[in-house]
Amino acid sequence: MTLQPPLQPAEAHHDPAEAVEQNENAIELKEVEGLSQGRIVMRRFLRHRGAMVSAFVLLFVIVLVTTSIGWGPIPGWWKYGYKELNPITNAGGAPTMGFHDGGFTFGEHPFGQDNIGKDGFAVVMRGTQQSLTVMFVLGIVSTLIGIIVGSTAGFFRGRTDNVLMRVTDMFITIPVIMIGAILGKWVGGASPWALAFALAVISWTGMARLVRGEFLSLREREFVDAARVAGASNGRIMFKHILPNAIGVIIVNATLLMAAAILLETALSYLGFGITSPEVSLGQLISEYQTAFATRPWLFWWPGLFIVTIALTINFIGDGLRDAFDPRQRRIPTRRALARADRRREHAAARQAASAKA
Amino acid sequence: MATTTTSGSAAAETDARSASDVAPAPVRRQRRGAPMATFLGRRFLSSLIVLIGATFIVYMLLAYAIDPLEDLRTSTAPNKQQLIEARIAALNLDTPPALRWLQWLRGAAGCVVGNCDLGTSWVTGAQVTSMLQGAVYSTVQLVASATFLAIGLGVVVGIVSALRQYTGFDYSVTFGSFVLYSLPSFWVAVLLKQWGAIGFNDFLADPVVKTGTTVLLALIAGVVWSAIVGGTLRRRLVTFGVAGAATAAVLVFVSETGWLLNPSLGPVVIGAIGVGIAYAVVALGAGLKNRRALYSALTTVALGVALYYPLQYAFVNASWPLIIGLAVVAVGSGILIGYLFGGPDRVVSARAAAITAVGVGVLIFVDRVMAVWYTYSNSTRINGRPIATIGSQTPGLQGDFWVEVLDKFTHLLLPTIALILISFAAYTRYSRASLLEVMNHDYIRTARAKGLPERVVTVRHGFRNSLIPLATVVPLDIAALFGGAIITERIFAWSGMGTMFIKGLQTADANVVMGYFIVTAALLVIANIVVDFVYAALDPRIRVNA
Repeated sequence: MTLQPPLQPAEAHHDPAEAVEQNENAIELKEVEGLSQGRIVMRRFLRHRGAMVSAFVLLFVIVLVTTSIGWGPIPGWWKYGYKELNPITNAGGAPTMGFHDGGFTFGEHPFGQDNIGKDGFAVVMRGTQQSLTVMFVLGIVSTLIGIIVGSTAGFFRGRTDNVLMRVTDMFITIPVIMIGAILGKWVGGASPWALAFALAVISWTGMARLVRGEFLSLREREFVDAARVAGASNGRIMFKHILPNAIGVIIVNATLLMAAAILLETALSYLGFGITSPEVSLGQLISEYQTAFATRPWLFWWPGLFIVTIALTINFIGDGLRDAFDPRQRRIPTRRALARADRRREHAAARQAASAKA
Repeated sequence: MATTTTSGSAAAETDARSASDVAPAPVRRQRRGAPMATFLGRRFLSSLIVLIGATFIVYMLLAYAIDPLEDLRTSTAPNKQQLIEARIAALNLDTPPALRWLQWLRGAAGCVVGNCDLGTSWVTGAQVTSMLQGAVYSTVQLVASATFLAIGLGVVVGIVSALRQYTGFDYSVTFGSFVLYSLPSFWVAVLLKQWGAIGFNDFLADPVVKTGTTVLLALIAGVVWSAIVGGTLRRRLVTFGVAGAATAAVLVFVSETGWLLNPSLGPVVIGAIGVGIAYAVVALGAGLKNRRALYSALTTVALGVALYYPLQYAFVNASWPLIIGLAVVAVGSGILIGYLFGGPDRVVSARAAAITAVGVGVLIFVDRVMAVWYTYSNSTRINGRPIATIGSQTPGLQGDFWVEVLDKFTHLLLPTIALILISFAAYTRYSRASLLEVMNHDYIRTARAKGLPERVVTVRHGFRNSLIPLATVVPLDIAALFGGAIITERIFAWSGMGTMFIKGLQTADANVVMGYFIVTAALLVIANIVVDFVYAALDPRIRVNA
């Protein structure tokens, strides 16, 4: 793909297929003219409908859980705390949210209450806070570990690489849920931070392998030679020259890591090796309330819904990022859209012909 | 470079752990006198070091994570101090963990020479090796069928989705697989228990499908099938109509005759489905123009239907060896029929007939199992609620071979569905990406250009090559299969490997956890070696290098 000003297809080529292809390239080039790589990626991401919707939903969830019952210094606007026991409003603690008297109302306890009167909404919000904390901390820490291990191994190669990769292999050999359970039993309990750090220590392996692969191929490129000739130190080459070029792979994988992280955390808490009572997490809530499914299904539905929403939105954002970073990716209209465009063109041609005749 | 990108994106696509195990194999020129033995030796040695290192990590973590004295610390027994000392002595807790690990390793090293000593469980006093035998058997029962079904279904859906790229079907499958990725397994399993078991059992009390439900299901079936078949508007409408009407007819029949209470297929239905199988197998494997293959497959179906009644006598005192023997006979007779039809490529006919024979055989088997459904679900132990939610068998159930098979089936059904739902999405994404990549290659264009029919291009040139990357994931998953499904086993109260691990960890039983780990890890390491060889064998561009 060479840079050339967009040509009129007719004057450049006579072969129609080639002309179309040339034209497409030209359009694509014109679209990205004068934009930096970052802007191009940004623009592609903003156009990814699924990812944008997901980003908004996730943002909404984050704002909701941080402001509703308060988080650290942030004050909450919700009237009940997650440990408070309240008088039971509806029979059996059924949710008050719904259509009453012709209008939609939230009521006292929109997500219902459990058998001892805890407010379902407050509990779910607290659980989501904990699970989100684990997810973000785990994602960031294990990405950092993965980058350090992978870049060192890929950049220095030889013995360093060998040793680091064997260590990575050792960690990969251990099933993640198993070592997660052991670590969770060790540090788990009340603090999501400790759990997140412990789980981060074991989930960096995939990232390390990917980063190593990227470094192995990028370190042979000309710009690295140029930097070396200019006298750049190893650290500068690694983090200023190579790393920015590998950032796409890293960001995409970090997102997917986070999606896996929330599922891992909830699974461990479900099994009783993660966050345990009296602290709440989404998995712990499901584990606690699963026996009440027949009588109080809302206690089971809401935590699950939040897990699925968070994991799904993050997976979609990751997918959107992958498409945005992938230069081979093009937006392909659906067949129906193509057919519609064809029809419209035919209509226009027919109308033109009709008006020319008239 | 091409390999790097593929495995990179693949690792991101599937479950990060299992896929990222597949390091991009280096593409090098083959050295003279293939140094296979050297490679094998080095590979084994490094794997062994990795394995030993991993056991060290786990052992040390375990030593600090668990506390075998926990129950005694809070004990109120008057001889508390003595009890603690006795346990410290029994478990060797005064020795530093690293030394205990060496002792454990010495016992485990005996496994290489067939003298396994993985220690005993201090809680139950049982040998870990004997605990493992039972657990592995039970786990394999649970996970094997789920894994293979998930692979099969995932590949089929992925392939169809790739062949219908950028259509509504493709987008729906993509969206669906994202949803399945994001489902927590424990949540799904609890829902399945509620609806799949309790709901379905309630439904069985009065198995009448409401008209609204029938219409809705028929509409859904029509939409799905027309999306799969695709083509022009006319063809889509016809597919929609046929699929919808067929679904509605089946539902009405099932509802009106109370089929679910006493299901059976009978020779007529077996024959009809058999002919369908024969056509499908021949259409995919040989092309309907190959009349010999078609006729041999149809002959096999006819033979199967003719043998339906005689086989019922053979089934009276059935046992697994008999069933397996009959399956072998079925395949053999299929091959024979195909061979006898002769022609220039007998192999194609023999293959089609053999696959059809397996299909018909499975149908006859299923029909026989269905025959005991009524007795089974009305027995005093079951009481009309046949779908089980926990355990691996109904305690105290008396019955012949067929009742046992059915009992196993009703217990396996829900956990299998739960496992399939979780792992199937990954295979779909994987096979879709792989087929799309393959179909863009030049040799596909060459195959089309030389005038091959689209079936041959897709099946023989596209599909086969798209399986190569899959072959690197499947051995790892089969190895992981022995590790069990910790969460699924827990929810469905299945006493396999996962339960063994959880119990070991909860009761602070280090030897049990280590026993679980050594089996899982050793199989995973071996699978990794297998993957390297499979890849090298399948893809001629990749050579092992010592």
